[in-house]
Amino acid sequence: MSELSEAQAKEYWKRNRNLMIRLMIIWFVVSFGCGILWVDTLNLIQVGGYKLGFWFAQQGAIFVFIGLIFYYVVAMARLDREFGVEED
Amino acid sequence: MELATITYIVVGLTFAVYMAIAIAARAGSTQEFYVAGGGIHPVANGMATAADWMSAASFISMAGLIGISYNGYGGSVFLMGWTGGYVILAMLVAPYLRKYGKFTVPEFIGDRYYSDTARVVAVICLILCSVTYVIGQMKGIGVAFSRFLETDYETGLYTGMIIVFFYAVLGGMKGITYTQIAQYVVLILAYTVPAIFISFQLTGNPIPQLGLGSTLAGSDTFLLDKLDRVLLETGFKEYTTSVRLSTLNMFAYTASLMIGTAGLPHVIIRFFTVPKVRDARKSAGYALVFIAILYTTAPAVAAMARLNIMQTIEPSPGQHVLIEERPQWFKNWEQTGLLAIQDKNADGRLQYVADPERNELIKLDNDILVLANPEIAQLPNWIIALVAAGGLAAALSTAAGLLLAISSAISHDLLKSTFYPSISEKMELNASRGAMGLAVLGAGYLGLNPPGFAAGTVALAFGLAAASIFPALMMGIFSSRVTREGAISGMVVGLGVTLFYVFQHKGVMFVAEWQFLPGLGKNWFFGIEPNAFGCIGAAVNFIVALGVSRVTGEPPEHVRRLVQEIRIPAGSVAAPAQH
Repeated sequence: MSELSEAQAKEYWKRNRNLMIRLMIIWFVVSFGCGILWVDTLNLIQVGGYKLGFWFAQQGAIFVFIGLIFYYVVAMARLDREFGVEED
Repeated sequence: MELATITYIVVGLTFAVYMAIAIAARAGSTQEFYVAGGGIHPVANGMATAADWMSAASFISMAGLIGISYNGYGGSVFLMGWTGGYVILAMLVAPYLRKYGKFTVPEFIGDRYYSDTARVVAVICLILCSVTYVIGQMKGIGVAFSRFLETDYETGLYTGMIIVFFYAVLGGMKGITYTQIAQYVVLILAYTVPAIFISFQLTGNPIPQLGLGSTLAGSDTFLLDKLDRVLLETGFKEYTTSVRLSTLNMFAYTASLMIGTAGLPHVIIRFFTVPKVRDARKSAGYALVFIAILYTTAPAVAAMARLNIMQTIEPSPGQHVLIEERPQWFKNWEQTGLLAIQDKNADGRLQYVADPERNELIKLDNDILVLANPEIAQLPNWIIALVAAGGLAAALSTAAGLLLAISSAISHDLLKSTFYPSISEKMELNASRGAMGLAVLGAGYLGLNPPGFAAGTVALAFGLAAASIFPALMMGIFSSRVTREGAISGMVVGLGVTLFYVFQHKGVMFVAEWQFLPGLGKNWFFGIEPNAFGCIGAAVNFIVALGVSRVTGEPPEHVRRLVQEIRIPAGSVAAPAQH
């Protein structure tokens, strides 16, 4: 178990926070954006039998959510190792 | 074999499994009782979380809410809202609370805000949202029994109570976790198997998620286009574009369900059961995968079952079915009161249209889409029996999770942490069993004598969690400056404005006569409906808490250290050098 200096702890938290902000922007865009705010525009695009906006609201956003969480898991595991705060 | 017999056998088998698990997974310590010993594998916890999370409402009602009440696109608020919260949980909540490493949500709030008052306020918020939520589950158990097993409502409810009592009191979180895993398997099979058959029958594609975007079997018309057209012809709005009230309302509704999800204590405590911080992150991902299997199937069930019903009633344009010749499943469900018809124009045929003056399908309950689905698609009896077992599994698993959240708040946060700290572990374990027993009885009582408001309760639970607990957790993790005065006033005011808006619309405690300030009109706050108001309550909570914190000094040094420590998964942060 390592002990982080206060500066290191700050840096770790900053990198974690920046990662969260990036991913939460995608989270917002696929759900509130594609599924609600821009749905009419996206509905002009047809993918198979789906209007694209409708697809995002009822299926697509959910798939992206899953991708976001697993990306976060992997990226954080890397960050934990870099700072020596991973659990054994 | 007769349907009732098969249903008894299938439901009986699943109950036997839950009982066997209860006996095998008894809890021997408070750690096992509260957090299942903290050694649950992240995949297993993901599965248990999915069952914990998906309630009778998700299983029985959601497809109908989407397909009928919210007419398609509008129902997306549930799909995005009840899944998007897991992204918040995985990144902003679960890992830090896991690192904190204790047993309950109020415990964290009490420690972080260095105050017994804050802990007690959190317990009150927790009990308010969990009790409102559990009433819906107890009702779901009684209803599922009475519809499928033809028992009366009370017998069904008592049977459900005995099962929950058995494994929740004996095993606490440990028993609940392993039964939830079994319940997940039952409920997901029960949901997807009929969906696969129906998708295949309608579109030739057995995967419902793809079937929804496919053409109808033997034609070039897309299923959704066809549904849009049929609905427009009968005077309804287009399925794929019907907005729920307004874009702003949909936005607020989705946001409220998302942050409500991330603030519901019975979901959060599931993440205390995994060994590591890393596992808490992973396990939120697995939970969402298991949930998504149902949540991406639900919109397909919604659209397909709605189309099936429309086409049963009007097989070809202008040709309505003769009431005499309506299918058997139709008659069966009329007996339960979920369907009702009235031949208003006395032409001997059934018309289903949007105009209430001419509509002859005078009752079409949301639950019918899932419950009658297997019969509409003429599936074998064992699948109908499976749907019954699935509905019960969904209601039982959520009820157990909620009851654990309630009982641990009582025995741990109130008894052990606040009023009687000297209690021994053995006594606390007994107390937690006692609290669990009382919680089961209390929930059963409320299920037997549902206060008039049972219907609206699940949505209210989300609003309350969003407005009270979620902001307190967020500020506890992301700021070391928020003070106990700030957090307490934030929770109280957030909870207050949300209850005010809901009660003003629906009456105090949902008693319709107790509405107040009718002059304000309906949905007066920018057209936002009461169910969507939780995010506004949360915003108020944040503003009040941050404002009050600015004028009430700084939290003590050990709290600043606590915030620092929960942000890193392992190791420690050096104490600052003395200046």
